[in-house]
Amino acid sequence: MTHRSVSFITGLLFALGLGVSGMTQPEKVIGFLDVTGAWDPSLTLVMGGAVFVYLFVFRVVLPRRDRPVVGDRFGIPSRRDIDAPLVVGAALFGAGWGLAGFCPGPALTSVVTGMTPVLIFTAAMLAGMGLHTLYKKLREGA
Amino acid sequence: MNVPTSDLLAALAGGLTIGVATSFMLIFSGRIAGISGIIGGLIPPQSGDSDWRLTFLLGLLVGGFALRLVYPAAFPAEIPASTLGLVVAGLLVGFGTRLGNGCTSGHGVCGIGRTSRRSLVATMVFLATGMITVYFTHHVFGGAA
Repeated sequence: MTHRSVSFITGLLFALGLGVSGMTQPEKVIGFLDVTGAWDPSLTLVMGGAVFVYLFVFRVVLPRRDRPVVGDRFGIPSRRDIDAPLVVGAALFGAGWGLAGFCPGPALTSVVTGMTPVLIFTAAMLAGMGLHTLYKKLREGA
Repeated sequence: MNVPTSDLLAALAGGLTIGVATSFMLIFSGRIAGISGIIGGLIPPQSGDSDWRLTFLLGLLVGGFALRLVYPAAFPAEIPASTLGLVVAGLLVGFGTRLGNGCTSGHGVCGIGRTSRRSLVATMVFLATGMITVYFTHHVFGGAA
């Protein structure tokens, strides 16, 4: 195994999970966020199911290993501070998510459909990421 | 609020699969399977740190292709959205996930799954602004973006 093959398998499984769960249907995602209207609660089970498995692995499997199968250490984020970029970034992301019903994984998984709205959203998303790279450079240069 | 049982089971099955995928990356590579972070790290590509990001993207695309063949119902027949709405939404999602260091997968699954305070806050915030946005687009102004 290499990092390359691990991430390929992760991406593949991730896409299948997103497709089966309903996350690749923007109308369904918007229905999930529409809590004051015809709320569709089913997608709570997507996050719930995923967190359940991850929590178990993080609490039970991870502590029994001193290193990952590939590579020499676990790269677990250690920051604990709640800062403005975290909150503002999450707020902007949520607004975009609610507007189109797409978050990054489902959009990329849907690219192969060739549907114009998916391509437009994904191109804009990548451009938004590029804008952040520029923004960071400008701030660091200042 | 009237959801077919099959939708609930599909959501749960998909969620468990996503849990396995993210856990697999954690145990095998020691990395956090946050999609916006993995993809954002390619803009621009850094030498020596791109291969695994590209194979992750390839996995997503191959998975999407497999879904089209085996389970085409995963994708909608059409997406009723304006070009302007899609562009604004995409820019917000791209910039916001990078500024906030994560999206639904990195914060919502991996972060909450390790009970990170930052991820819990980020997830509450993006769920809240997502709900507020849908409230405005669907109930105040009527009609989708």
